[in-house]
Amino acid sequence: MAVSVEDPMLTRPCRVQRMRMETSDTFTIELENPCHNGAGPGFAPGQFNMLYLFGVGEVPISICGDPARPEVLVHTTREVGSVTRAMRRLRPGDVLGVRGPFGTGWPVDEAVGKDVVLIAGGIGLAPLRPALYALLERRDEFGKIVLLYGTRSPDDLLYQRELEKWRARFDLNVYVTVDRAAGRWRGNVGVVTTLIPGAPFDPLETVAFVCGPEVMMRFTVQELERRGVAKEAIYVSMERNMKCGVGLCGHCQFGPFFVCKDGPVFQYSKIEPFFGKREV
Amino acid sequence: METLERILAEHPFFEGLDPRHLKAIEDCATNVRFKPDEYIFREGEEANWFYLIRQGQVALEVFHLEQGSIIIQTLGPGDVLGWSWLIPPYRWRFDARALEHVRAFALDGRCLRTKCDESPELGYALLKRFAMVLEQRLQATRLQLLDLYSVRR
Amino acid sequence: MATAAVSCRELSVVEAGDLSHLLDALERRGYTVIGPQVRDGVVVLDVLHSAPDLPAGWSEVTGNGRYTLKRTGGSFFFRCTPSAQSWKAWLYPPKLRLWRASREGSGFRVVPEDGPIPRYALLGVHSCDLHAFLRLDAVLGQGKYRDPVYTARRQEAFIIAVTCSEPEANCFCASMGTGPRPTEGYDLCITEVQEGRRHYLLVEAGSERGSEVLSDVPRTQPDEKQASMPGVLANKAAARMGRTVDLHGIREALYTRLEDRYWQEIGKRCLTCGNCTMVCPTCFCTTVEDTTDLVGSQAERTRRWDSCFTGEFTYIVGGSLRYSPAARYRQWLVHKFAAWQDQFGTPGCVGCGRCITWCPVGIDITEEIRALRNGAQKSKEERNGDA
Repeated sequence: MAVSVEDPMLTRPCRVQRMRMETSDTFTIELENPCHNGAGPGFAPGQFNMLYLFGVGEVPISICGDPARPEVLVHTTREVGSVTRAMRRLRPGDVLGVRGPFGTGWPVDEAVGKDVVLIAGGIGLAPLRPALYALLERRDEFGKIVLLYGTRSPDDLLYQRELEKWRARFDLNVYVTVDRAAGRWRGNVGVVTTLIPGAPFDPLETVAFVCGPEVMMRFTVQELERRGVAKEAIYVSMERNMKCGVGLCGHCQFGPFFVCKDGPVFQYSKIEPFFGKREV
Repeated sequence: METLERILAEHPFFEGLDPRHLKAIEDCATNVRFKPDEYIFREGEEANWFYLIRQGQVALEVFHLEQGSIIIQTLGPGDVLGWSWLIPPYRWRFDARALEHVRAFALDGRCLRTKCDESPELGYALLKRFAMVLEQRLQATRLQLLDLYSVRR
Repeated sequence: MATAAVSCRELSVVEAGDLSHLLDALERRGYTVIGPQVRDGVVVLDVLHSAPDLPAGWSEVTGNGRYTLKRTGGSFFFRCTPSAQSWKAWLYPPKLRLWRASREGSGFRVVPEDGPIPRYALLGVHSCDLHAFLRLDAVLGQGKYRDPVYTARRQEAFIIAVTCSEPEANCFCASMGTGPRPTEGYDLCITEVQEGRRHYLLVEAGSERGSEVLSDVPRTQPDEKQASMPGVLANKAAARMGRTVDLHGIREALYTRLEDRYWQEIGKRCLTCGNCTMVCPTCFCTTVEDTTDLVGSQAERTRRWDSCFTGEFTYIVGGSLRYSPAARYRQWLVHKFAAWQDQFGTPGCVGCGRCITWCPVGIDITEEIRALRNGAQKSKEERNGDA
């Protein structure tokens, strides 16, 4: 008697509700989520979906919407290859295949009673945004909440309207910096790691969520440790080649970890022996 | 009433400095203010001062013929602005523009150079601090050079 | 033609000439029998139509990057250890369509594959390959997400294991604790014996299904000496393994040597051809291909075997993470002996030695492990000696 096993490779068609350009090469897709029946959280902040474009291919993209509104699946991505290039031409009403949500999320509960510092580099702000929403939803449970966001230039800033709204809040500290700017820019210029020494959080009572290019995360972790934040209190989001997204194809292995099922969010102390080692 | 000496002592750059040396430095220090968009110094000018920013943001700029002024770094309260006074030919290598109201200590480079020649101990203490600042700036600049967020094709 | 029922673990004597009764019994029950055969100068695993097709009287001679078939003159069916390929392909196909999709209005509809599950009887599975299935079970059938095709075929598969009596030069199952005697996971287990002119099989049922099939095969009771043969032959085989691996502390040994310069030495030799991963019975990496027809109205998703040695395996935006041959070889070896333990609780290697046989430049995984461990050992001694 065969016991049937659910097939994790079947994709569910979902309709595009909105498309928006965030910068010249980055865009946001909002999908209607027909599988969500309104009960319970649809995804954890930090998880990703495998998005399939009919006949073109499938790519892993972090979910960057509000976990409290799982009836809409929001994904921000950069145009970097054939699939994302084709996705850029999507219109409301078009259909994408969705598999997920997969992976581990930012441990928001670990931060209860502590300060939380979110450090985002470039498109790394997208996977962190749902964590920020989740923290703000339960604002009273946390100490200081600090967002440090660095990107290439003012033209590359994501979610500008939301950034302004966040900066206007009294219970949130937002610091933005760019690597280079024209003379008109009135904000910070410099790499995001330069924001860490002066940011208002207590290193001994802080949980840090870091997301961005691996090089940026490496130096960010160094700066956090220099300020006294323990390795166990730092979480990073890793990225690797993915084909199946469910731990069966082997592509996303990083040392002994499958980024698709043991990650993408990892506690830094756990992955430290492999992090930053060349070609691991 | 706050004395200049007290405020200087509290600036992060001078943390842990011997009070004798602090007194010597105080003789070379004055309080200065800059208005938004005022240039603190320009590239090529003689560099006889350095500044300890107490309040406000300052942009370091390089002028590019086609792109106009490009801001390469911003500094804020607690940061040190300028070290060209230490190194011949003592000329500024970039522009510095106040982005908002800026209050700072201006330290007379010529005055300090003389005192350092007289007291190598003072010179060493200052150089150690500047070396740390330079190292941090160099590291940050290298990271900027990496163009971390670009897509390699 | 049913005879008295057989109980599990009970040993029976089946004359070699009666092996065809076993094949018939399996075919009557709807199994397709897969077994070793000689073809194109190697022993392959393919659909077995009759007992005479088995490679009786042949044995394999292997070395570093070397394989030849040799006539032994005897009549052993299952001497060849192990065959050129592994049994993996029958339960975990090299190419598999996962689903089809067709355009519907502005969207599309996904049509899952719904064919019948093939029922294979795998005849002649040596202990190393038996353990390989246990490894794959942990990877593909026990996690949060499972492979429905592998698990379904695995459930249906009837496994006839074979006790190894003549290990090959590249074998090291004894070091890996995976042989030479099968101890679990089989429906039937055969130990071949040749006594003078008499050639017979000692068959043990390892499951109810196995007992049931065996009850259709003419057999006799073994005497005391015969009953001890499987153990005796297996012990002799264990003492004659061609290679060894020291598993003590291997996980730490490899993890602490991730940046050892010796990997570069291997990298100079490795061609990244991926042969090792193709013949390995536990390698499970695959890739997914999405294609469409010319009109763009029908799409298909296919899964294919892949190898961590390919250039694109670790491609993310900007380039491949594991670019150098040294890094790719390191990934394979460290995964097999260290990371697999963290992931699934055991090493991933079963000591079959196929990778050594089929490496075009003759890289021997057991030698490389030894060299890596001794390298550090030597420098420790040098340091202590000069103190």
